[in-house]
Amino acid sequence: MKLKQILLTSAVGFGLSASIAAADAHGTTITIATVNNGDMIRMQGLTEDFNAKHPGINVEWVTLEENVLRQNLTTDISTGGGAYDVMTIGTYEVPIWANNGWLVSLNEGMADDYNKDDLLPAIAGGLTVDGELYASPFYGESSMVMYRTDLMEKAGLEMPDAPTWTFIREAAAAMTDRANDINGICARGKAGWGENGAFLTAMSNSFGARWFDEDWNAQFDSPEWADTLSFYLDMMNESGPAGAANNGFNENLTLFQQGKCGMWIDATVAASFVTGADSTVADKVGFALAPDNGLGKRGNWLWAWSLAIPSSSEKQDAAKTFISWATGPAYAELVAGNEGWANVPPGTRTSLYENADYLAAAPFAKMTLESILAADPTNPTVKPVPYTGVQFVAIPEFAGIANQVGQQFSDALAGNQTAEQALANAQELTTEEMEAAGY
Amino acid sequence: MARAITPQKKVMWTALAWAFGLLMFFPILWTFLTSFKTEAAAISDPPVWLFFDWTLENYAAVQERSNYPKALMNSIIIAVGSTLLGILIAVPAAWAMAFVPGRKTKDILLWMLSTKMLPAVGVLYPLVLLAKWLGVMDSRILLIVVLMLINLPIIVWMLYTYFREIPGEILEAARMDGAGLRSEIIYVLTPMALPGIASTVLLNIILAWNEAFWTILLTTVNAAPLTAFIASFSAPEGLFYAKLSAASMMAIAPILIMGWFSQKQLVRGLTFGAVK
Repeated sequence: MKLKQILLTSAVGFGLSASIAAADAHGTTITIATVNNGDMIRMQGLTEDFNAKHPGINVEWVTLEENVLRQNLTTDISTGGGAYDVMTIGTYEVPIWANNGWLVSLNEGMADDYNKDDLLPAIAGGLTVDGELYASPFYGESSMVMYRTDLMEKAGLEMPDAPTWTFIREAAAAMTDRANDINGICARGKAGWGENGAFLTAMSNSFGARWFDEDWNAQFDSPEWADTLSFYLDMMNESGPAGAANNGFNENLTLFQQGKCGMWIDATVAASFVTGADSTVADKVGFALAPDNGLGKRGNWLWAWSLAIPSSSEKQDAAKTFISWATGPAYAELVAGNEGWANVPPGTRTSLYENADYLAAAPFAKMTLESILAADPTNPTVKPVPYTGVQFVAIPEFAGIANQVGQQFSDALAGNQTAEQALANAQELTTEEMEAAGY
Repeated sequence: MARAITPQKKVMWTALAWAFGLLMFFPILWTFLTSFKTEAAAISDPPVWLFFDWTLENYAAVQERSNYPKALMNSIIIAVGSTLLGILIAVPAAWAMAFVPGRKTKDILLWMLSTKMLPAVGVLYPLVLLAKWLGVMDSRILLIVVLMLINLPIIVWMLYTYFREIPGEILEAARMDGAGLRSEIIYVLTPMALPGIASTVLLNIILAWNEAFWTILLTTVNAAPLTAFIASFSAPEGLFYAKLSAASMMAIAPILIMGWFSQKQLVRGLTFGAVK
């Protein structure tokens, strides 16, 4: 009997150690959820370098469209699914998810050369809650003015580095040439919190408007919002493209690349597209800071796609190793060596903007950095607010509310209602939703 | 006397039918053409039709970036698996409703159909939690069962309609000849209803193939089918229309070819019972 027991125990023990050894040989596999954009796809292409440096860790990629990814991640993380070990999330989600206890702090356990202090303070600030960094920025972006230098010259104007909204509107009118299908200004009109919601919220900051006062009362009935929306509608109606209410980032990018926009105010990440091989106007593009109204805030936003670890992950150490590789200082050199300095993900580290090779290769680098530094997510508006976020309000209810508000603004741009009606509707629906949410 | 169809009328109707057909087919044709363009040509305005530099680089890029064979295999297994499982359950159910209806049969049929009106997202959390508890997240078996449940009302309804066309007397005759219930269903009913079953199978394979809510939400790596494959090529920031078109063509090609070869069955199945 005893012998049988011994045999059984040793057999089980042997099997167990064999399976552990097998697991070791195969290594740990981490699953990374990411969005489909140029920088992320490039990272996938460089996975071999990671594998070479960390042979014990296998990487599986799940690439999804932004909104689908958000839906998948929220479902997974709120049910403790544990399907993902590293997830790509935006500046909007980080503070909300961190407060829910869904993310792992990255203050400890990162690689020695990670150098957290090198991160741009404006970007790191948006990803930090109570002194803990909950996501590591992979690339950061702000918004700025991209304009056609030839059309500006033809109009007899010179773009200042830091233009005002009045100048932009006048320049747009002067550049517009309907006969030749040139629109002075292209800007987002498509409804959605990440589309016209982002553009108009950032714009409203420079007009002195805010989403909520200190007591979470909606502020769409304020004169500042009335100024913002009427200025936007007038400018777009005077000099914007036909059907602007349907234009988001991609539609405007297409128009600009085809030479149909005099100016385009949008994400800094677009700079490499409009100066790239697919653009018909690549050698005629200039950059300027997003406009202001002299109130101390500019109309630019701040966003970073960042890598975070859900607390449901069982492979947090391997995940930290991966994030250290993908967002550490050495990654820039890796991309530069393979694809050139202009393709290094921008807007996350101070050291990149001190690198002479990068500054020489990326003509938009200076304006990107200045735009990012000009945005302050912890103090985004002229008047005080109870929230963080420049082009969004970092509360879970925001995305839903801003989608509806964006629809109101888009309707106004399409001419289906007046600015006053749109703002009155926005005020009513926001107040209702916020009351229902218990604010 | 039969109405004479003048040649002019015939030409007009033919032209109209062709125009309508082309209109319906146009999005697929355009996607097909775009998949062979460069990204710059894909967005050019005015659009280019046939005279552009045809390239296969999008297909190469899509191949390089993702595991198409795996996604294809997952799609086939999930679509065929869920349909066959559905048929296995629906044949007896439809038999009972068609040949031995009770007082509540009509109500049950309507109730089954009403489940299709439930917004899918309403059962998302319970389903995810259940799948997690059973340890079957990101598995093909989970999707086979879920898609089977989603399409079951349609399968039962379709089979019910076909079975009703079959005279009950034939089954009675079989019974008199000593056939048991199982023999009756397998050897008498099924062969007679085969065209109906075939079109039900085809339609449900198409429905399962195109299902893009559950197949994306319940999978990550292992069971991700072609819907997830397409989703990975859609981008809100950046123009990748040509690559997206190439990915779309690769995803719909198998089902398009299957539909092409079986269109006679499909049309017959879909119009069956409509005209009496």
